[in-house]
Amino acid sequence: MTMTAERDAVAAAKPTSITMAAALNRALADALSQDETVLVFGEDVGTLGGVFRVTDGLAATFGQSRVFDTPLAESAIVGTAIGMAMNGLRPAVEMQFDAFAYPAFEQITSHLAKLHNRTRGRVSLPIVIRIPYGGGIGGVEHHCDSSEAYYTHTPGLRVVTPGTPSDAYALLRQAIECPDPVIFLEPKRRYWSKETAVLDHRSSTVDRAVVRRSGTDVTLIAYGGTVATAMEAAEAARQDGRSVEVIDLRSLSPFDDETVVASLRRTGRAVVVHEASQFGGYGAEVAARLSEQCFHYLEAPILRVAGFDIPYPPPKLEQHHLPSVDRILDAFDRLQWEDTSTLERRST
Amino acid sequence: MTFLAPVGNDAGAGGGGESDRFLPSEIPMALLDPAGRVLPSSELAMPPADVLLELYRQMVLGRRFDSQATALTKQGRLAVYPSARGQEACEIGAVLALRPQDWLFPTYRDSMAIVARGVDPVEALTLLRGDWHCGYDPYVHNVAPQCTPLATNTVHAVGLAHAARIKGEDTVALVMLGDGGTSEGDTHEALNFAAVWKAPVVFLIQNNGYAISVPLSKQTAAPSLAHKGIGYGVRSVKIDGNDPAAVYATVDAAIRSAAAGDGPVLIEAITYRIEAHTNADDASRYRDPAEVQAWLARDPVSRLRAHLTERGLLDDDAVAAIESAAEDRAGELRRRMNVDSELDPADLFRYVYAAQTPALARQARELAEEIDRAEEQR
Ligand SMILES: Cc1ncc(C[n+]2csc(CCOP(=O)(O)OP(=O)(O)O)c2C)c(N)n1
Ligand SMILES: [Mg+2]
Repeated sequence: MTMTAERDAVAAAKPTSITMAAALNRALADALSQDETVLVFGEDVGTLGGVFRVTDGLAATFGQSRVFDTPLAESAIVGTAIGMAMNGLRPAVEMQFDAFAYPAFEQITSHLAKLHNRTRGRVSLPIVIRIPYGGGIGGVEHHCDSSEAYYTHTPGLRVVTPGTPSDAYALLRQAIECPDPVIFLEPKRRYWSKETAVLDHRSSTVDRAVVRRSGTDVTLIAYGGTVATAMEAAEAARQDGRSVEVIDLRSLSPFDDETVVASLRRTGRAVVVHEASQFGGYGAEVAARLSEQCFHYLEAPILRVAGFDIPYPPPKLEQHHLPSVDRILDAFDRLQWEDTSTLERRST
Repeated sequence: MTFLAPVGNDAGAGGGGESDRFLPSEIPMALLDPAGRVLPSSELAMPPADVLLELYRQMVLGRRFDSQATALTKQGRLAVYPSARGQEACEIGAVLALRPQDWLFPTYRDSMAIVARGVDPVEALTLLRGDWHCGYDPYVHNVAPQCTPLATNTVHAVGLAHAARIKGEDTVALVMLGDGGTSEGDTHEALNFAAVWKAPVVFLIQNNGYAISVPLSKQTAAPSLAHKGIGYGVRSVKIDGNDPAAVYATVDAAIRSAAAGDGPVLIEAITYRIEAHTNADDASRYRDPAEVQAWLARDPVSRLRAHLTERGLLDDDAVAAIESAAEDRAGELRRRMNVDSELDPADLFRYVYAAQTPALARQARELAEEIDRAEEQR
């Protein structure tokens, strides 16, 4: 451990109350000060500090050559980041909103994800693309997409999403240090959620899920914006006498089979919850791979609580779309607790 | 040369206001006419004799490499090959003007340029051979992997060049693209970023008249492709892309000015693709053979040979020696390409991430077992 890292660890060892946005800001600031090859750029990230203020104050502290505003062109933001990384820098760039990252899709899928493989590992692209994603903030069209499955379906990318402020700090620090490109999805409805925690990025690893709450009856799998909803649902279920284990995936790709499989083999029942549309969504992959690995342990089919298969609704209707505590509780009820029909069918 | 002054005769025909100073010349700038005679040019400096000789030598080697690669497609040794025959002045002129520390960002069309830069020809052809997506280490000769999605490498070049400036390195990035590629959004984003950042980038557009089958007239309504740089504040010039002396002189000047901190330069080089788009294309469906004949009269290789012979810098013996060296290299390439390459399917899982994930390790094992079973059954 270096001197600075040690000092940092001591300073961070004091629990502080912090929002997710502030934790992300701290992560960027700490990365910028500890590694001079780290750069932050994007639309309005300099003087303004980003539309969500995640980069607030960074340009003033670290200067315009390390934290700067770019012209409006998402493909060029990612494309130039690729060129910079080829030349030894570590860009952490911001896409202003989920749907505004789509112009960069070609650069992300055709180059960012593939250059390491294309060159047999000779070119590394340690780039982080931060994307505020998801709904729940009353945003109008194009500001609320859950775009994770586009990225998780792309080999070569890591896809990470924090559910808590302390994870936001730790995962972003690790994402910046990671030699692989990372799509860092920030659940914008949780930017202002607070946690009293120690900010430390060495105690957890970027590609492991975490058990947020232990339980014995059902495994409830959530990530990003739905982690808090899942925790609420678990608490509500306790009142109904059900013990729910909540897993926060954190890393959507690669998927931490070990942690999730171990939980499901204990509980025998699972529900996956996400905001994104259900059809072809991330939950389908989770359900499929868990069925493959846990079939003989399952007491019921793995259920998904997801958004409808519709374009993201307008602000006044979004509450009907977002997975709610009630919908998760309903899903628990559908987990065939007293159903013996399968057994009967088998014996006849 | 200066990139701002109007060049040719009737540049800025629109009226002579201040902004017209940015407009490229109507007539492409050139140093040699198609017969190899020296043209009076106030803008371009004729390269020294040793550079002209090296340009000639490399163009002959490049052309022979190119025809050998096309032949290898017919023998099934290459999956596909996009020929650059007729574009040697651009391919070679640009590369010879690069300094060792500069970077080349080539496209699928530019294998010849890559080899001229020093990349081993077999490594250069790894992509088209179907062995891997890129066969060479980009950091050995500062050559980015060949880029297939049109114009997407323009922004990489801008990023690499801008990073060099941030790091205080004296590096210029030269990115190649075609006429069709100028219609892609990334070209415009790259020009804009490069201009705003004053990034040391040279955009070399090889305007060979076609994007596969689509002629330039269907690609753009702009008076020239060089005009596209103007709106972004990028100094832009139009040159005769079949004049190796002009290509070298223009790229050389552009690299010097970009390196001096004067920002990016766009060069539109007018050239022509003599072969079809690739060996798999049928050019007779969209262009008249007479057009090809007309362009053969503007051939860059014979143009420079005529010039050098006329000046007494090249004689028949020297020409024969260069041709025999080209023949030797082609034979060596043939020999090496006729050896079946050894491919390890496990490589498919090795480089997806910096460290192999457990899931990929599992898939690698599954494939290995499947291959073993198949071999046992044989
Ligand atoms: C984004 C993208 N769209 C389409 C293609 C398919 N394609 C390959 S080459 C080509 C024509 C490109 O023409 P031009 O830029 O003039 O270059 P040239 O082939 O003439 O060198 C097309 C359409 C591609 N490679 N990338
Ligand atoms: Mg073309």
